[in-house]
Amino acid sequence: MPKSKIRALDGAHAVAEAMRQINPDVVAAYPITPQTAIVQTFSNFVADGLVDTEFVAVESEHAAMSTCIGASTAGGRVMTATASAGLALMWEVVYVAASLHLPIVMPVVNRALSAPLNIHCDHSDSMGTRDAGWIQLYSENPQEAYDNVIQAVRIAERLLLPVMVMQDGFITGHGVERVDVLDDGTVKGFIGEYKPEHSLLDVDNPATYGAWDMYDFYFEHKRQQTDALCKALPAIVEVGEEYGELTGRKYGIFEAYGMDDAEMAIVVLSSSAGTARMVVRGLREKGVKIGLFKPRVFRPFPAKEFAEALADVKAVGVLDRSIVFGAMDGLGPGPLYLELCAALFAAGNTTTRVADYVFGLGGRDIIPAYVEQVAQDLAEIAETGEVKTPVSYLGLRE
Amino acid sequence: MAVNLEAGWREASIAGTIFEAGNSIEYITGTWRTLRPVYDAEACTHCMICWVYCPDSTILVENSKVIGFDYDHCKGCGICAVECPVKVKAHAYTGQPGKVIQMVEETSFE
Repeated sequence: MPKSKIRALDGAHAVAEAMRQINPDVVAAYPITPQTAIVQTFSNFVADGLVDTEFVAVESEHAAMSTCIGASTAGGRVMTATASAGLALMWEVVYVAASLHLPIVMPVVNRALSAPLNIHCDHSDSMGTRDAGWIQLYSENPQEAYDNVIQAVRIAERLLLPVMVMQDGFITGHGVERVDVLDDGTVKGFIGEYKPEHSLLDVDNPATYGAWDMYDFYFEHKRQQTDALCKALPAIVEVGEEYGELTGRKYGIFEAYGMDDAEMAIVVLSSSAGTARMVVRGLREKGVKIGLFKPRVFRPFPAKEFAEALADVKAVGVLDRSIVFGAMDGLGPGPLYLELCAALFAAGNTTTRVADYVFGLGGRDIIPAYVEQVAQDLAEIAETGEVKTPVSYLGLRE
Repeated sequence: MAVNLEAGWREASIAGTIFEAGNSIEYITGTWRTLRPVYDAEACTHCMICWVYCPDSTILVENSKVIGFDYDHCKGCGICAVECPVKVKAHAYTGQPGKVIQMVEETSFE
């Protein structure tokens, strides 16, 4: 095992530490709660001369991503970080980064979108960008956020696709936990050197990026993006395995806890998986055949793998921390539910029943009692094979 | 190297990146035109105002003289006709009073 140090860090500082070790060529970022601690801490590293990074203090997130795109086409290793309204303001250029196949890495500290104004956690910001062509990794705790950001560099540069690394605002972002921080040399060795195939600054081989593209080629270029995303899951797994060999912390595309003989499963992203795991552990001790299924990768959505992992489960409760407004007659299930239902249907699964539970919007707490309620519902669904309420809301005042 | 217009998505350059400088000349934009600039060669003073203003570099010049337009790339925006400072009583092509450069309906040409 390489040298490492146990430190007490919140998720934002853990990511800033990873960024210091990655030492990107360019970071262009605008501070926004609850991502602020990342940018603030990293800009301290820049001011203290601990990194070689050209830090661009931009006037907006749209400018942040635009700067990243310029720097990345110039051949640099490039990062930014954002949350909520910042990601929303980036919108146009988030698509451009993916469409130009630029390996930009962007930590996102999940926060609700306005209105009304709210600074706390839900996943509506990153889920809003789920169709933009980025790879999306979700982290449960500061350790995973740190590990995912380091792996994201390798994943992005191998696939030539941008990667977002999510962690829950405040809960993870500002929650101090034990983080095993690798030594600088180990991170440097793991990420290696970035050698771009083409560069805007290569004046001997001039190139034009993002040029005019009409009906005669645009379609082909979109197909190239789907092709790159189709190749992403094996690459993510390989990088996760290599990282595991190096650090003892192996990463795949999902985590299964108590799933081996499970008849019921709770599916949830990020920090709430911790709460769900505790409830599942308690129920397992009582002999209830329930498991926890925590996706790490949401984009590309691992449809085949998830459908296979849940094939023998009778009842699945998906916990969604955002709403797809207008979906399913306006019921507003979350994106995780919709994608999972599509995956099961495409796999020909007609036996697994799925119910969706929207929870935690705007930072509303999820407590073990809510997860226990879901488990009770699932027991009934497993027995009757009927989902009476496809979409419910956990912790909502009626 | 001209762009292979038949290239499938596997052969097409990734994200449409162009690795050849100045290849926009291969892209024929003259078909967008609905009005065609026509100039009166006899009356033209070759002041080069149109050459300065043309946003698509389609004023053809030889030996310091305007010799015509690059109709493969002229989009017919009409800026040359507006900026042309030389007046004629009867334009050699249109017969109309006005400028040395006048805009003519594209459909009137074969």
